[in-house]
Amino acid sequence: MVETAFTPLASLSGGVLIGIAATLLMLTMGRVMGATGILGGLLQPASRDDFAWRASLVAGMVTGPLLVWLLSGTMPEVQVVTPTAAFIVGGVIVGIGVTFGGGCTSGHGVCGIARLSLRSIAATLTFMAFTLATVFVVRHVIGG
Amino acid sequence: MRLIATYLVGLIFGTGIAISGMANPAKVLNFFDVAGSWDPSLMFVMGGALVTTFIGYKLVFGRGAPVFEDDFNVPTNRAIDSKLIAGSATFGIGWGIAGFCPGGALPALGTGRWEVFAFVAALISGILIAKAIQSAVASRTRAPA
Repeated sequence: MVETAFTPLASLSGGVLIGIAATLLMLTMGRVMGATGILGGLLQPASRDDFAWRASLVAGMVTGPLLVWLLSGTMPEVQVVTPTAAFIVGGVIVGIGVTFGGGCTSGHGVCGIARLSLRSIAATLTFMAFTLATVFVVRHVIGG
Repeated sequence: MRLIATYLVGLIFGTGIAISGMANPAKVLNFFDVAGSWDPSLMFVMGGALVTTFIGYKLVFGRGAPVFEDDFNVPTNRAIDSKLIAGSATFGIGWGIAGFCPGGALPALGTGRWEVFAFVAALISGILIAKAIQSAVASRTRAPA
């Protein structure tokens, strides 16, 4: 098991930046900052303009870690602790789940709950509970 | 102008994700591992993001309209149905296996790690599989029996 350091200040600042981005996307485009919706719309765009703003948003997201690297000198850590095959299967499962569930951590968990949407609260409680249960099973039942 | 604005919004989001630890699967999985190597950091990510967005939305909705569009285009679906719950449960299982959610994985592409590219390719195929199932079901229910 890989231990990770408790980083309340960095995590809080990162969270505030996520909230600022969500606010600014609503202010400029009138849209919720949900990664699922943005990516889904990018794969099947409604028009050229629709594709363009989604693509530039994702390009901005991808440059985030590079900005952190430029400012701090260290690239943000990405530690994959799942065996590669399971990690990729996990990706497919996430893609199917967020499409049927209509959102993920950013769309339901942040933007939806901030709008006090009961649907998003129900979705968030459900995926949080299932993530918790899955991690418990993987680490302490199968791996235990 | 629009595209510069959305690029900068994406940059702020991606920077936030990178700083917060959401782009690190080990950290995400440790948040959920309360019975093992628990790392409560992600509570601070969610808290900071939620409070900021809640206040931000209050201010923005007070304006009446967004800057580059005529109207706000927010989700109107309020249904709490089996599709929402089953989809969210499925997402939770995948998130618990991999430690990456879509909003964590997209910015993580910027680190250049091949595992992230593999995950995002898998994520996209999952989205396309689900969309194909949805349109197949929709056309079957529309077609006369």
